[in-house]
Amino acid sequence: MSILVNKNTRVVTQGITGKTGMFHTQTSRAYASGQSCYVAGVNPKKAGENFEGIPIFGSVREAKEKTGVNTSVIYVPPPRAAAAIWEAVEADLDLVICITEGIPVRDMIEVRDRMRSQKRKTLLLGPNCPGAITPDEVKIGIMPGHIHRKGPVGVVSRSGTLTYEAVGQLTEIGLGQSSAVGIGGDPVNGLKHIDVLKLFNDDPATEAVIMIGEIGGSDEETAAQWAKENMKKPVVGFIAGVTAPAGKRMGHAGAIISGGKGTAAEKLAVMEECGIKVTRNPAEMGKLLKSVLR
Amino acid sequence: MKIHEYQAKEILRRYGVATPRGIACFSVGEAVAAARKLGGQVWVVKAQIHAGGRGKGGGVKVAKSPDEVREWSSKILGMQLKTHQTGPQGQKVRRLLIEEGADIRKELYVGLVVDRGTQEVAVMASSEGGMDIEEVAARTPQKIHKVFVDPKTGLTDAQADDLARKIGIPDASVPKARIALGGLYRAFWETDASLAEINPLILTGSGDVIALDAKMNFDDNALYRHEDIVAMRDFDEEDPAEIEASKYGLSYISLDGNIGCLVNGAGLAMATMDTIKLFGGEPANFLDVGGGASAEKVTAAFKIMLANKKVKAILVNIFGGIMKCDTIATGVVEAARQVKLGVPLVVRMKGTNEDLGRQILKDSGLPIISADNMADAAKKVAATLKKPKAAAKPKAAGKAKPAKKAKAKVAKKAKAAKKTKAVKKAAKKPMAKAGTKPKVKSRAKAKPARKTARKAAKKKSAAKSGKGRK
Repeated sequence: MSILVNKNTRVVTQGITGKTGMFHTQTSRAYASGQSCYVAGVNPKKAGENFEGIPIFGSVREAKEKTGVNTSVIYVPPPRAAAAIWEAVEADLDLVICITEGIPVRDMIEVRDRMRSQKRKTLLLGPNCPGAITPDEVKIGIMPGHIHRKGPVGVVSRSGTLTYEAVGQLTEIGLGQSSAVGIGGDPVNGLKHIDVLKLFNDDPATEAVIMIGEIGGSDEETAAQWAKENMKKPVVGFIAGVTAPAGKRMGHAGAIISGGKGTAAEKLAVMEECGIKVTRNPAEMGKLLKSVLR
Repeated sequence: MKIHEYQAKEILRRYGVATPRGIACFSVGEAVAAARKLGGQVWVVKAQIHAGGRGKGGGVKVAKSPDEVREWSSKILGMQLKTHQTGPQGQKVRRLLIEEGADIRKELYVGLVVDRGTQEVAVMASSEGGMDIEEVAARTPQKIHKVFVDPKTGLTDAQADDLARKIGIPDASVPKARIALGGLYRAFWETDASLAEINPLILTGSGDVIALDAKMNFDDNALYRHEDIVAMRDFDEEDPAEIEASKYGLSYISLDGNIGCLVNGAGLAMATMDTIKLFGGEPANFLDVGGGASAEKVTAAFKIMLANKKVKAILVNIFGGIMKCDTIATGVVEAARQVKLGVPLVVRMKGTNEDLGRQILKDSGLPIISADNMADAAKKVAATLKKPKAAAKPKAAGKAKPAKKAKAKVAKKAKAAKKTKAVKKAAKKPMAKAGTKPKVKSRAKAKPARKTARKAAKKKSAAKSGKGRK
């Protein structure tokens, strides 16, 4: 078992003909069951053509009708990315993973509002995220596949390379991952820490979870409060940005301490209160997880 | 992106929000002329810098005659204005806003931000205007009223009226508050703002509702569709190192410490800073080279870090995923040679082709200190600073002297290059052309649109300030 994605996931790539889309489609298809998972691409101007044998359709809906895709991954440039998300939602896919970085917040507010008010069933992961991977099954996104191993640890994080760091540490000490999920660094996004924790909680293959956060917002606190009451599995955590000054955006649009809110110290304190073991040393995320594994 | 008060007021007026009449000035002469042009008996001389808290810092003064306008203007223009947001060094005042005086009966507060929880715009209002709103929120949270706006409808009249009454606007003035609040919301939404704040919003003796101050920040990712706002960018208010970094698609922020760090990925970059601090060091910067760092990018990153004279050691932390460690290693070696690196360099590389990368560093013959993990790297880099004489890296210590010169040179060069370039461009390009729409070419995982927009803004702002100083 795993969460969100597995070897039976059928993926359509939106933006498959762009440089980024082509590159990551190639590497993702080369990973584990990728050959059977990546079945369609979308580009209205190149419908009928193909990318290395993957058929290109004019719309997500058409791709779904012809190939049965249930998940989309988006590499469309920022000005058109929110529209691409909506196209996948309208086609009633199960999951949309948006990798694109730099989407205007207003575009995201609008598309999220439409998803809510029309009670759409589609889940959104991202934007501005590395994607999701279930080791030895499928990799959907830009993470390096080879650092992952199959195993009992769930990983959820807002940051890309920090996720890889955690995964790398786990693999090095012999602990594999059930799934690793990057929720992205933008202020308005889809799945949050709490949503991913819930999925890991229900996943029989996951025995413990590493939750990695960063400064800005209060998603980590919300997830921690939920975990305190509901989580059946041990969770360990790390928050990046203890040294970040207030009012400065640290790379990610969402990583900013504003109005004295969203500091790392505050998040760490709430997580500890809620029974989540935390470390201030990111080099020890893997070790910490090992210490709580039953 | 941030703009000045007078620019924010220009935007608000377009949306029907009432503001005092005012004129932006770049010299004392202009300030006096502005006061005469505005007429009346009372004027306010307001320093225009991006930081808040200007009044407390002595940057806002009331003048009761053109002579007093002259007096205050000459005192404020050119001063290093220190506020709680500028840091101890303060910010040089280069622009003034001369405004007509206002008859204040009540000072209120209104602010707009994107609420991450509801994923809607939140409008916050309070009867306690003119004060530090964070303090109000902490002490008397019941005095802050909040509404969330449905993006489909915008701020409704009912919501605006309700908010106005809650903050003590009398019934007769509610229609005026409705116009102000509605206009503020539309200005926020349509310009892709990330923050809009009026503190204070005032009720005058005659019952008018006026924005006495205005602050707006914008979503950098949306600037590609707001040419007019990009043109308002004031580079004098920004850190030159951050501007230089943005030209190369690097995300850089200056900090107070002495250990430069170069990392791929924002989260890992923050974590690296934290680890440095954890082991007794102080990071000099945040620097995210991004996903597709080329040798050129890494070289630029080194130059920017070393232009900061406080930097006494550098830590490179790379988790090579898509980006291969050997590529990064080649870039690091090339950069170290180009900048004649004289400070200790600790490199930690992990991921794709890490062995190959390490070999490249070793073969380079450069005194690079290799580290196994983040903690090890942070310990090693902190150690190079603690005992400079006993540092186990005599090579690095020996090179320290000539390096100082090289560093200063780089810093000087960067500064000089920035200035002459801007001036030249300003001289060559006529103002009308400077704002021409930049061609937007953007890709997923990259922000070239922002870069182009910034270039255009730079031209225009240079042209403007050049004219202003005459």
